Amino acid sequence: MNVGMEPHREAAVLAVAFKAALPLTSPIAVGFLFLGGSYGLLAHAKGFSLWYPLAMAFFIFAGSMEFITINLLLSAFAPVSAFLLTLMVNARHLFYGLSMLGRFRGLGWKKPYLIFTMIDETFAINSSTQVPLGVDRGWFMMFVSMLSRAYWLGGTTLGWLVGGLLPFSTHGIEFVLTALFLSIFLDQWMGEKHGEGASATVDSASSDLREGGNSSLRVRSPEPVGASLMPDSVRRHLLALIGVMVSATCLMMFGPERFMIPAMGGMLALFLVLRTWLDVSASGVGPDEGLHSGDIQEKSV
Amino acid sequence: MTMAVWQAVVTIGVVSLGTLITRFLPFIVFPDSKQPPQTIEYLGRVLPYAMTGLLVVYSLKDMTLFVGAHGVPEVISVLAIVVLHWWKRDMLLSIAGGTVLYMVLVQLVFV
Repeated sequence: MNVGMEPHREAAVLAVAFKAALPLTSPIAVGFLFLGGSYGLLAHAKGFSLWYPLAMAFFIFAGSMEFITINLLLSAFAPVSAFLLTLMVNARHLFYGLSMLGRFRGLGWKKPYLIFTMIDETFAINSSTQVPLGVDRGWFMMFVSMLSRAYWLGGTTLGWLVGGLLPFSTHGIEFVLTALFLSIFLDQWMGEKHGEGASATVDSASSDLREGGNSSLRVRSPEPVGASLMPDSVRRHLLALIGVMVSATCLMMFGPERFMIPAMGGMLALFLVLRTWLDVSASGVGPDEGLHSGDIQEKSV
Repeated sequence: MTMAVWQAVVTIGVVSLGTLITRFLPFIVFPDSKQPPQTIEYLGRVLPYAMTGLLVVYSLKDMTLFVGAHGVPEVISVLAIVVLHWWKRDMLLSIAGGTVLYMVLVQLVFV
């Protein structure tokens, strides 16, 4: 951060980033109010004081693992197996980290916080959003993270306090997170939109309008056109298909509790085998990636 | 709760530590000051797309194909989101529309 920056200028930077991040996190707000709410309600029903779910929400901040920890706390004391279980359940964070090495680069004190708050939802948004021109990238991601964490802590607290008292059924509301992931997936599949606003339909493979449009809801396509051995859209679809097909196959083979690790292993293997076709040369890196990947030396070891 | 407080604190502690490790490890192995190997850079470029696909499957993993509603509400809602998104290309509209439709289906139609 520029030390000499005037205070009102910095406040303006924050306000712009906050306004860009807020609408994108609204599905997370809905999802976490109810998911965090059911977590708080569960903790209450199992006889925990509010401090337990709150402490877990604060220090662990990984939804599925927090639900599992409720069960761990009700079982025999087994810290080593709890630790190993955590590594297994959260192994997908390793892939998130690899994906965000570039995007988090050079963000100083913000970086540890962004890493600590890397959950499925913040990853989905921070890895896919083309941060609009004039919006500070670091602060944008910081607000996505801080808001998501606030929603989760708020939902947990509300659920513990009043979860049992809701007058209407919220059954099915958890689908909002499926809808969030699916919409991001579809946006990545369809690639960059032409023009501005939501009226644009499916576009062609060209993505020369990267800088055009100002909708904060655009999803970036991290890969550039050209330089690769196949058209960008084909390559993008192939990557997305590998993600879905490998996961679905492993889900059918190993079941819902055990499919994540084999799925990640399978993807890794396929990506390494297919590298010749899937890789793009470093020179063809997109504008917001150019900052950190553009300086890759094409040195051979 | 069957555990003593210190046991609960230790359990929450090791879960927090394990989670921290999964999050920070890639950044510790490949810090800003070090240029990651080309293979890692390549994985960083291709993984986001595939991981979004994995998240979609992950969020549908508890769908029951062979009992209850046989996954019909999920399939209908997913198709609705695909059509809505292809038509309007508005993320919040797709999310809200799909979720409301799913809630109606599981609460009123496939009870």
